[in-house]
Amino acid sequence: MSHKVVEAILDRFPDAVVSTHALHGDDTVVLRREYLLEVCRFLKDDPEMDFKMPIDVCGVDYLGRTPRFEVVYHLFSVTKRQRVRLKVQLDESDLEVPSVISVWKGVDWFEREAWDMYGVRFAGHPDLRRILMYEEFEGHPLRKDYPQRGYQPLMPMPTLPTEV
Amino acid sequence: MTSTLRKEDDHLHSEYMQIAMGPSHPAMHGTVQMLLTLDGETVVDVDVRIGYLHRGFEKMSEVCTYNQVIPYTDRLNYVSPLCNNVGWALTIEKALGIKPPERCDYIRMIVCEMSRMSDHLTSIGAGSLELGGFTPFLYAVQAREEVWEVIEEVTGARLTTSYTRVGGVTADLPENFGERWVHAKHEVERLIVDIDKLLTRNRIFYDRMAGVGVISAEDAVDYGFTGPALRSTGVDYDVRTYAPYLFYDRVEFDVPVGKHGDNYDRYLVRLEEIRQSIRIIDQCLEQMQPGPVRIDDWSVILPPKDAVYNTIEGMIAHFKLIMEGVKVPAGEVYGYVEGGNGEVGYYVVSDGSGSFNVSDAPPSTRST
Repeated sequence: MSHKVVEAILDRFPDAVVSTHALHGDDTVVLRREYLLEVCRFLKDDPEMDFKMPIDVCGVDYLGRTPRFEVVYHLFSVTKRQRVRLKVQLDESDLEVPSVISVWKGVDWFEREAWDMYGVRFAGHPDLRRILMYEEFEGHPLRKDYPQRGYQPLMPMPTLPTEV
Repeated sequence: MTSTLRKEDDHLHSEYMQIAMGPSHPAMHGTVQMLLTLDGETVVDVDVRIGYLHRGFEKMSEVCTYNQVIPYTDRLNYVSPLCNNVGWALTIEKALGIKPPERCDYIRMIVCEMSRMSDHLTSIGAGSLELGGFTPFLYAVQAREEVWEVIEEVTGARLTTSYTRVGGVTADLPENFGERWVHAKHEVERLIVDIDKLLTRNRIFYDRMAGVGVISAEDAVDYGFTGPALRSTGVDYDVRTYAPYLFYDRVEFDVPVGKHGDNYDRYLVRLEEIRQSIRIIDQCLEQMQPGPVRIDDWSVILPPKDAVYNTIEGMIAHFKLIMEGVKVPAGEVYGYVEGGNGEVGYYVVSDGSGSFNVSDAPPSTRST
């Protein structure tokens, strides 16, 4: 059913789409960054699309691949009962996408989380702070090159005196 | 955050008060900090700091096999762990393109609904407790305990259930499950009636709940609310009816919706959903037939111990599954189920080996 969403995007924004797939039945559109806001507005406002609900925004780190990062949007339409996944691929040197907070209010914390975890900047986000980690934390923990046990304690670990 | 005088109150010299609530506060269930701006008793603005309970579920999952993640999913919401277990298993099964036997799906539905009951009982009980209603809280906890006792007999644990596996569940229902369920059901039904009588038409409760925490249907959708919080606004989105998984299309149940999107409607929705869960479980028990509870594929599910100890093939399959885990083909998949508080979604990216990237879309970041 929701193939028509992919077709509608292809139809309306032929230059915006890098590729599409429907692995496991999840319709996916990879977009060029410049068109993201425009496509999102269309998906929300068009009565045939009606994607009023943002389900998830997250980053993915494909370490070793170029472009290295992806920002993934999962959208849902309550009235049309359809879903679509949008993706924007980003290079490490230019890790920035336009924030879609002007389209959906609910993406606020998701974008903050993606910034916190992957270091993706969301241009236009009014309050892009870390959300899960603390302000003193250095780096972005969900990047694949961040160590599994990369503890950064705020208090030094207590040590026993070695000499009496 | 604003801290300005309101014009009409100028002569009172009143101003907003800023209070840091938490991260450890007796009235809060969990470690979270809220920086509140208050106008008398009304909250004008709030800045929520949610990171204190961040455990790095996604980071830990990077080095786990798919089955090793299941105990982490328990902890995403400790009062409805089974919904999270089932969601994870269904997501990986979707990526693998496999389907467990019928009996397994019915069992998963039963445990999901029991989990939902315990979640709603907790919400109702704790909500009443915050308003000083200690008795309904005790009734709710007693009802929850009845449910948890049955869950314990099925899974071996009350909270950290880890009951599902990719391709099945750990064990079939115990033999006396039918009797145990009937007993628990009667207790829960009796206690819900008591809670209902004590709260629903209670003037004090009503005044504190009705018209408080109101959100419009439009805003709720825009913020990505799901579950009872969304349904209280009148939007009937429920994963179980919109995209039926397991056998939710074979059972009859109602999806209660509210009208006003306030705390009172959320309470009513939750209360009714407990009754609907009981209906669903009764129908599952009627419909389900004896049979296997795991798929018959040793590359996904552990072989029976008899085969492991006595045959070389069983031994190798066991070893490979423990050491390397299930092999999910490279690609991405999003799986979602109706959890206790809304849509629980898992977005999993596999590189084809045992390791992967996972992002989880829990209802509580969107709709608490």
